[in-house]
Amino acid sequence: MSATTAPRQVAEQAIPRQVRTANARSRETLIGAAMASPAVILLVVFFLVPVALAFGLAFTNARLISPRPPRFVGADNFIRLFGDSFFWASLRNTAYFAVVVVPVQAGLALVLALLANAKVRGTNFFRTVYFAPVVTSMVVISLLWRFIYQPDGLLNQIISAVTFGHSHGTDWLNNPTTAMPAIMFMSVWQAVGFHMIIWLAGLQTIPRDLYEAASLDGASAWKTFTHVTWPSLRATRTFILITITIGALSLFTQINVMTQGGPLDRTTTVVFMAVRAGYEQQSTGYAAAVSLVFFVLVLTVSGVQRFLTREKA
Amino acid sequence: MQQITKRSIGAVALVCAAAVGLQACSSGSSDSGSTTEGGVTTLELWTHNGGNPVELAVNKKVVDAFNASQSKYKVKLQSFPQAAYNDAVTAAAAAKKLPCVMDIDGPNVPNWAWAGYLQPLDLPSGFFDKQLPSTLGKVDNKLYSFGHYDVAMNLTARKSVLTQYGIRIPTIDKPWTGEEFDAAVGKIKAGGKYAYPLDLGTAGTGEWIPYAYSPMLQSFGGDLVNRDGYQTAKGALNGPDALKWATWFRSMITKGYAQQKSGKDSAVDFVNGKSAIMWNGSWAADTVTKKYGADVVFLPPPDFGKGPKIGGASWQWGMSSACAAKDGALEYLKFSAKPQYYVDYAKALGLIPANTDAAAQVPAYAPGGKYRIFLELSQKYAEVRPVTPAYPFISSTFQKAVSDILAGGDAQKILDKAAADIDSNIKSNGNYAY
Repeated sequence: MSATTAPRQVAEQAIPRQVRTANARSRETLIGAAMASPAVILLVVFFLVPVALAFGLAFTNARLISPRPPRFVGADNFIRLFGDSFFWASLRNTAYFAVVVVPVQAGLALVLALLANAKVRGTNFFRTVYFAPVVTSMVVISLLWRFIYQPDGLLNQIISAVTFGHSHGTDWLNNPTTAMPAIMFMSVWQAVGFHMIIWLAGLQTIPRDLYEAASLDGASAWKTFTHVTWPSLRATRTFILITITIGALSLFTQINVMTQGGPLDRTTTVVFMAVRAGYEQQSTGYAAAVSLVFFVLVLTVSGVQRFLTREKA
Repeated sequence: MQQITKRSIGAVALVCAAAVGLQACSSGSSDSGSTTEGGVTTLELWTHNGGNPVELAVNKKVVDAFNASQSKYKVKLQSFPQAAYNDAVTAAAAAKKLPCVMDIDGPNVPNWAWAGYLQPLDLPSGFFDKQLPSTLGKVDNKLYSFGHYDVAMNLTARKSVLTQYGIRIPTIDKPWTGEEFDAAVGKIKAGGKYAYPLDLGTAGTGEWIPYAYSPMLQSFGGDLVNRDGYQTAKGALNGPDALKWATWFRSMITKGYAQQKSGKDSAVDFVNGKSAIMWNGSWAADTVTKKYGADVVFLPPPDFGKGPKIGGASWQWGMSSACAAKDGALEYLKFSAKPQYYVDYAKALGLIPANTDAAAQVPAYAPGGKYRIFLELSQKYAEVRPVTPAYPFISSTFQKAVSDILAGGDAQKILDKAAADIDSNIKSNGNYAY
């Protein structure tokens, strides 16, 4: 019945409102753009431009210091790269590091978080202790651990003291079989505190009443963990998985300070190879090709992880 | 090139910063590094001595003396920390902001000359007659740089220890042979007092590796690259002589003579009695002399077949190709090459004065002086690192090869790969033709 009058009423009221909302919207868009611009500019200058440059340079023979302009060489860099045993060693080590460090570090961080989340005295003390290595520079830590690992270093002293001189340990960083595990151990020790804090944050978002309900139902500690804690940590889990993976794949500082990729290529990584090719050897084009492969690798791995951990409808 | 530069300055600048050297970017005015005001031309001078107050003080002294000596030019000194110096020069070259005068690490001279950063020094022939040959940066028979000083690698030992084991003390004219050297270290090892009698400085990294170990390779008859044209490393770096060197080098570790990774500071370990013979540069001489006095002997490296060899060339002075006040820069370089400044550098730093007239005025380096042997080693045995723009690549490749050989890898395979890598780098850079 109101069909004849309603449109006009709507129209009369709507006109000023539409103008108002349109104005408000454009103002919001402007403010939004203004607020986003610092981040966008930084992203463009320090991410998009370098990536685009790397993409372009990877197909040239550009050199860090050269009197000649770079020349397009097609897939030459990639052909050389895939025929280079150093590259395959780097890739293998990077994968080895990631496959071990991601689960170990995430798991250990969760255990520490559960301990630090317990209602006992002195939790703040433990949180600080676990977090201390995180705020220390990786270069400093690598230097320290290089002393710990050297033949007459702290670790070997402890080993011979504990075994009453029967066992002496090895030259950890110069022994091809122990170099990478030694670096893994140190890296996990350094970074585990950071992920412990993230797990802790996740744990503290779990509502208390879920635990109360569980205890009323008489659930054991293990049952409580598998049915309450673990499912509630889904978002945290995804975040931790992806950040550790990307961190592990870009392993560089420890290698650069502690082993320089040796002994016998056992600790060289893709990022280390890119830096070595680009700066030490001044082969900018070749280094760009390595970086491009690395970029695709990280993108693929985190894409797969994102897919596997997606919210299933 | 000019049009491109004008059209997309931003993009080209980025590309330049990332990759291209001076010439590809040069447009319009390529002059830099000096300004003229009121008849006085001010020249910029860059040095790597930002973190080294002792050497910087001598740099300043020379600059001040030059400024006071005439009124036409004024040199303005700018110092950088050593770690950032090469990057600063590369960036400045891309931005066309190179100073007129700068110092350059010896092995970088060919690379920078090739890239067009440097220009040859137009000096009368015979100007450097008294100069130590290893301290002249010559590329393609053109002089690009000269240094005030050099250092010399040597075997440092104690007379008392050598005589205790009945080892002949070698002289500069009669050095140890390879076998004699092995036997000497073996005797000390057998004595049981030293767990690792020989300290080769294997903890060192970077440029130390080719500086310290490629002379040994040369003494065996190999080299980093074939110096005839610098077009290939095949045969030189992976030939039978190079393999002999690698096998010998690794045997020092397997026999327990030396550590695969020595202590951080060889001189400190030597002073503390951890090693009996140390392969180190003359910069360590003061430290060990302070501890052992006249008991210390500085010995020539062993002759592994092709004569004893040591590395040559340290930091040197050159002139940038973009310098707008070429005459002034040349004037300054000539001024700074007076013997008295060689003496000043040598006295302040304890390094070898790179000029024979100056050496006579520094007691330690004068004939009969306690460090005279370093000067003689440099004169007789110094070999400059390969004079090719490929050197940074060669150096990095050799560093990895040395570390793999020390770790016990298959020497022939390691050397073959190193040689192949170097060759493919030379080829992909158009044979580094000038």
